[in-house]
Amino acid sequence: MSAGRPPARYRPPSLWPRPWMGPVVSAAALAFLAWNAASLEVDPARVARGLARVRDVAARAVPPDFGRLDLLGAGVLESVEIATLSTLFGVLLGLPVAVLAARTVVPLPVYAVGRAVVALGRTFHELIVAILFVKAVGFGPLAGVLTLTVNSVGFFSKLLAEEIERMDRGQIEAVRATGANPVQVLLYGVLPQVLPRIVGLTVYQWDIHLRQSTIIGIVGAGGIGATLYNAFARYDFDFALAILLVIVLIVLAGEAVSALARQRVQ
Amino acid sequence: MLEVSGLTKTYPTGDRALRGVTFTVDRPEAVFVIGPSGAGKSTLLRCINRLVEPDAGVVRLAGVEVTRLAGRALREARRAMGMIFQEFNLVERLTVMENVLSGRLGYVTTWQAWRRRFPPEDVEAAFRTLARVGLEGFEHKRADELSGGQRQRVGIARALVQRPKILLVDEPTSSLDPRTAEAVMRLIVELAAEDGIPALVNMHDVPLARAFARRILGLNAGRIVYDGPVEGLTEDVLERIYGDAGRPVEAPA
Repeated sequence: MSAGRPPARYRPPSLWPRPWMGPVVSAAALAFLAWNAASLEVDPARVARGLARVRDVAARAVPPDFGRLDLLGAGVLESVEIATLSTLFGVLLGLPVAVLAARTVVPLPVYAVGRAVVALGRTFHELIVAILFVKAVGFGPLAGVLTLTVNSVGFFSKLLAEEIERMDRGQIEAVRATGANPVQVLLYGVLPQVLPRIVGLTVYQWDIHLRQSTIIGIVGAGGIGATLYNAFARYDFDFALAILLVIVLIVLAGEAVSALARQRVQ
Repeated sequence: MLEVSGLTKTYPTGDRALRGVTFTVDRPEAVFVIGPSGAGKSTLLRCINRLVEPDAGVVRLAGVEVTRLAGRALREARRAMGMIFQEFNLVERLTVMENVLSGRLGYVTTWQAWRRRFPPEDVEAAFRTLARVGLEGFEHKRADELSGGQRQRVGIARALVQRPKILLVDEPTSSLDPRTAEAVMRLIVELAAEDGIPALVNMHDVPLARAFARRILGLNAGRIVYDGPVEGLTEDVLERIYGDAGRPVEAPA
């Protein structure tokens, strides 16, 4: 160290390898943003006209029309059925996939296959999968159940696999040391550690499916979404608002159930 | 009872944990394995029940060559070795009784294990063992509700309920305060003696090992450098086991 007073100012070293890079990159990012805004041709007049139309739609939607209860009820019931069945199938398929996709419990080649399945399940948005299944098995809830099942295998097994990888190895080792076979190790060493997560994920998955089932109906995969789409298409905005309100209720109910379930299993 | 010869293990990292370890335990006594960190104590225990796969060497327990077994036969050999861990390694979210009963997993079918239906005599034995370790009435507690000393007692019960031919004990007291450590160590040694089985105990705490051991194995860099009675544990011998690590390190001037 050289003699004299230590410096009275300190700045952490720059993240950029050269000092001029920071301003240049900032300027480029700003230019890109400006170009984006310009090419979208955001037209104030159109925004104003659109706002007027939103007012019109809103006025025609109030009060919500709960008159067609049979249609509403059937749609809601179908959505709940789609969500529940696809969660059940998704979890049943997702459990073994999660074990296969956990690096710490299976050999590398098996892990590669497991991860590939997970990645495949997560590649496409549920709307695209729904369109495929509607083409394959026709309009209706079956397409919805298949869509969301595929969708959940990716989601559920990815998150569960990560939980399995985070487990305490010592507990597993102790169960192995008793002479337990691999399935018994899963039952007594792995399952107790990941059970709260399985329950939490299942309820969360159901919650997500409930919301997704309202969307995939729009492309013909059954549920309340189809009813909602038809209501919009016929300009029945008051009925559409009723449907939206019911969807809010279902999602809130799902949230409450999920909170309760997670509280019980800790 | 237990014969270990030429046991060798090199980890994929190049770490030569064991370099030809040979010893025999031929009567029900507590044998304490001491040595500096990284001497291979943990690896030694885990190569005996093959939680870690040795590269070479032979382990024989009650005449059975454990190192040649695979699959079901290996698991049957494993259930004859009760293991007790430094971090207790209880399954935290299971009850005390479920943890103790998991010591019987090697004896029941997967179907019985799945339904949590252990044979009545196993359940009886588990309750008796729980009483022996001083945890009567704790069966419904969850493992994560217990103190360190209580957890290790459950760990001891889980090992004993296997009706093992030997106890493999890995630093059983390192996670405990000195008083609890002594009580737990006393319990392990006494229960092993009552059941007439030997215990192979890894221990870095030399005074505690001295207090309970009759025979000491000194491990240094994967080799046994001392095998004899505790009385033979002189300063010279300790230096052979611990090398420079045994002496306080002076800061260079």
